[in-house]
Amino acid sequence: MRATLAIVRKDLRIEWRTRETATTLAVLGVLLVTVLAFAHDPDPEAAPLFVPAVLWSAMVFTGLLGVERGFLLEREQDCLAGLRGAPIDPTALYAAKLVVNVLLLGATHAVVVPLTGLFLHVDLFPVLAPLALVLLLGTVGFAAVATLFAFVTVRLRSRQVMLPLLVLPLLIPLLIAAVKATEAVLGAGLAGARDALGVLVSFDVIFVTAGALLFPAIVRD
Amino acid sequence: MRTMELWLGALGCAGLVAALYAALLLAPAAVGESVAQRILYLHAPSAFAAYGCIFVVAIASALYLWKRSAAADRVAVAAAEVGVLMCTLVLVTGSIWGRARWGAWWTPDPRLTLTLILWAIYLSYVLLRAFGGDDDEIAPYAAVLGIFGVLAIPAIRVSARLMKGMHPSVLAPREGGGSGLADPYMKLAFWGGAVAMLLVAACLVLLRTRLERAERETMALRRVADAAEGVAG
Amino acid sequence: MERASGSALVSAPALEARGVSRDFGGRPVLRGVDLSLAAGETVVLLGPNGAGKSTLLRILALLLSPRDGTILIQGRDARAARPPALRHIGYLGHESACYPDLTARENLEFYAELFGVDDASRIDELLEWTGLAEAAGRPLRTCSRGMVQRVGLARALLHRPSVLLLDEPFTGLDPAASEALDERLRAVRAEGCAVLAAVHDVPRAAALATRVLVLHAGRIVWTSPAVVPDAAGLAEIYRARAGGRG
Repeated sequence: MRATLAIVRKDLRIEWRTRETATTLAVLGVLLVTVLAFAHDPDPEAAPLFVPAVLWSAMVFTGLLGVERGFLLEREQDCLAGLRGAPIDPTALYAAKLVVNVLLLGATHAVVVPLTGLFLHVDLFPVLAPLALVLLLGTVGFAAVATLFAFVTVRLRSRQVMLPLLVLPLLIPLLIAAVKATEAVLGAGLAGARDALGVLVSFDVIFVTAGALLFPAIVRD
Repeated sequence: MRTMELWLGALGCAGLVAALYAALLLAPAAVGESVAQRILYLHAPSAFAAYGCIFVVAIASALYLWKRSAAADRVAVAAAEVGVLMCTLVLVTGSIWGRARWGAWWTPDPRLTLTLILWAIYLSYVLLRAFGGDDDEIAPYAAVLGIFGVLAIPAIRVSARLMKGMHPSVLAPREGGGSGLADPYMKLAFWGGAVAMLLVAACLVLLRTRLERAERETMALRRVADAAEGVAG
Repeated sequence: MERASGSALVSAPALEARGVSRDFGGRPVLRGVDLSLAAGETVVLLGPNGAGKSTLLRILALLLSPRDGTILIQGRDARAARPPALRHIGYLGHESACYPDLTARENLEFYAELFGVDDASRIDELLEWTGLAEAAGRPLRTCSRGMVQRVGLARALLHRPSVLLLDEPFTGLDPAASEALDERLRAVRAEGCAVLAAVHDVPRAAALATRVLVLHAGRIVWTSPAVVPDAAGLAEIYRARAGGRG
């Protein structure tokens, strides 16, 4: 949709100009991977087992901090009123923020994945393509739920703690599937991950659709 | 309204007492299980009631979003709280049974995991309503959460099954205990208990809905009084 | 100086509100407001703080839902068909609704896409008209309040709305900027746009308006007759009806 693309372009342009979010998230991702890797301090044989947990913990942590940014920037200068006053489908706003969040988290993955490989003594290059697929599916599902609730929590008083509280229980099935898929991909390749990938895909479909359908109901306020 | 609650409550409690009597004294012991197995007769009915409440939350939430009905919103709030209560009951009884049977306070049973996650989801619903702000403002947000919660159920069941691969197979508590619901007293205890618990849950939801309505009316009156005071004083 | 309001013209008023009510935190902010705007009018809304002016404007801009009441844009129920109604409305609140990290031109290009304004020259025309042509290349964060407000006005007018809703547009502007805004509002009125502006300053209101409404405690308590009183007269009426000082 034209409106979705316009909003995505606008957000990316703002992000490019300030470079604020992508940098912060990337740095946070690095810090988190470092902490997790050294907290476990596993020996080189056991280390690869921690890769899925580290990758997905990093995504959840940085994701929870990053998804609110999209709606925070609409609060300045009452820009949300500008968007709501335009003859566009409210779903376009949700879709646009979702896309931007996936892109930002993708940028974070780009930093976190090599670093994880480094600290945990795993060569991730051979499995990069299937790993990227799992990361993409998991990130889309995460963003589908987190983006919608970010719109809610940005407007609440007790903002900081609310987003993880609302979103994490819903995301547990996604995270389980994502971790299992990552394990399978690292071990046996894409074929072994088929069940987990199925769960990821269904989760994505259900929650992107639900988010797109329900977002207009809450943006009326 | 009040009469219905009274009847539901009375019937429900009577039913529970009867079912528990049947469970503890009339039903024979399940083959290969200890006395602790009888906790199933509280565990399973609570699960029925919990799921009942969760579906009520989802339906009431959808109704609220569609019609913006304040009554639907109140029912959703009530059902969510009772649902959390019931889930807690399921988790506690499940944990006790697990401890008695396998020596572990927690077993990675898919159904228990599902209940735990649902407990967390609806607890976050309750917290959102408690700390999120004005009812008018957050009602639509809570409604979306209520609907998402129900949508998560299939995802949770499937992914919990994925997890099973990790652990040595744990005997999932099959319906009716280890050997199936053979004996009529077992059936009575089980199904009777389920119906009774549903009645109790329904009674609690109705009571809580009425309480919610009273709370909101009081707050509205208080605001009007404050405003009047502000003008006069 | 006295001024006559525009004569009655087209069949349906540009904007009509009937029985608009709204509560906030349980308290009524608007109680059954009726008003109508015809093309070419500049209606000024006077009222003390808390009278409900901003709330009313946001409801008319379809950004807030009233508890009760109907809003008709060009004779059609706005809430039944919101997107077409939005094309007729331009709203400028206390804030510009323009992104501080983007330039004036980028902001206008963005809104042009959302509103489907394909005419590329329209943006240049507006930047010229609002006197922003030179500063168009700087992020709004680096611009003065007056300039930001002008971009907001350009944004509101981008899609040539038939109704322009302004919430205290003169606040925070220096005399030169106020004069310029005044001029632009007259130009817009000449083009046939219906303007409804909440204005704080009574002399400004008297100078600008073709009709004045006084809002007090959620109700319209006074409508000006065909001839708008001068500043002194208006100030007197305002004080009497709403206890306000301008």
